[in-house]
Amino acid sequence: MSPTPPASAPPDQSPRVRRVTRVIGVTAVVATACTVWLGLWVTPPDVTQGDLVRLVYIHPGVAWVALYLAFGLAAVASLLYLWPRTRSLFWDRLAAAAVEVGVVFNVCTLVSGSIWGKPTWGVWWAWDARLTSTAVLLVLFLGYLALRRVPAEPDVRAKRSAFVALFAAVDVPIVHFSVLWWRTLHQGATVLNPDLTPTIHGSMAWTLLLGFMALTLVFVWMLLVRYRIGVLEDWLGTGELDVALRERRAEGPAVDEDEAA
Amino acid sequence: MWRDTVLVAGKDLRIEARSRVALSQVAPFGIVALVMFAFALGPDRSLMARGAPGLFWVAVLFCTVLAVQRSVSVETVDGAKDGLRLSGLDPAGLFLGKSVAVAAQLVVLELVLGVGVVLLYGAKIEVPWLIAVSCVLGTIGLATTGTLYGALSAGLRVRETLLPFLLLPIAAPVLLAGTRIWQAAMAGGTPADGTPWFRLLVVFDAVYLALGVVVYGPIQESA
Repeated sequence: MSPTPPASAPPDQSPRVRRVTRVIGVTAVVATACTVWLGLWVTPPDVTQGDLVRLVYIHPGVAWVALYLAFGLAAVASLLYLWPRTRSLFWDRLAAAAVEVGVVFNVCTLVSGSIWGKPTWGVWWAWDARLTSTAVLLVLFLGYLALRRVPAEPDVRAKRSAFVALFAAVDVPIVHFSVLWWRTLHQGATVLNPDLTPTIHGSMAWTLLLGFMALTLVFVWMLLVRYRIGVLEDWLGTGELDVALRERRAEGPAVDEDEAA
Repeated sequence: MWRDTVLVAGKDLRIEARSRVALSQVAPFGIVALVMFAFALGPDRSLMARGAPGLFWVAVLFCTVLAVQRSVSVETVDGAKDGLRLSGLDPAGLFLGKSVAVAAQLVVLELVLGVGVVLLYGAKIEVPWLIAVSCVLGTIGLATTGTLYGALSAGLRVRETLLPFLLLPIAAPVLLAGTRIWQAAMAGGTPADGTPWFRLLVVFDAVYLALGVVVYGPIQESA
């Protein structure tokens, strides 16, 4: 049964936000299309890796969004929610949206990495430090989402989720170092290496950069849309109570009429 | 705060001494887990001995989940939670007290499981003190994170299923570090082999102890 829409109109979204969302969405589509075109047709195959290298235009970008942008944003937003002065459901919804979109990107990171790993390392999954920490991060993300699905008052849910996000966030560096010492065979960072001298050049570097931008835009667009859905979900949730109240009130006079008759 | 810690820990341990849940249910469960691991690995003793450190810690983690569930469930009946909240005890003391009680039970469990691993898997321990220190540090980490997540999930109807899902990945570093230190201790390694792992455990413990002391009060209000 679909939930009955509440009597009140859905919370309004300012026209400016709507316009910005649309512009970001269109830009994200165009940038992604350009990345695909440059990555698949324009850039040359690699000397050693051949066509496999084309995954470099997707995989690091997806990982950057999932591991740093989404999780970082969720951690900061949760912290801001817990801070009494900045406590607002805005931060809670933002964190929730960031985590949910982050999970999608995290899964894409693991899948694209797996596709790359099979021909290069010979296995779908290697127990390498970064892979393992990414997988642990995914599980932490999923735990957060599972907790959010537990029905509760928005404020209680927000507080609880924010604590879980905080505990998970402080665990991330510890997990990272523990699996780093545990084992490592992933290649080092390509662009953000310590001397900041990228080890790839020309059209490949530009395509890689474009890929990063395109995926970031896709993330931002999904985040905005998911935030809007979160607002509407909360509105539906409170609306159900309104509807129940109305139905209950409607029962009142009917009983009176029966008695009068 | 310290007085409250002792009070709460004493209360939880007294409940345990009278009900014997950890001793009569959780510890045997740990042994069952060890036997099941042996069935899964097959009767090859050298393989078991090699897997012993990890299997020990996995069994400890499972027992932690049960001990924490128990620690939470004693507060959910007879309005005990409200009683605790109204008692005016310092939340930090409450957190430390509950952690100490869980830790004390875990230490006993680890002793049982440690003997089990040595007897059943034929694990040879060359440097016992390495293991002892790793167990103490690991136990602090598990008890503090367990108590925190226990408090978070206290009011939830889906507590039993949600708690392990949230707690186990968080405790992954303890498993990794503990296993590595055990391996060093079994190989007769020098203390230097375990140093980075000891540091990791100390950081883990310090972070969650500090977090717990600060946020346990607000968590209780939200649960």
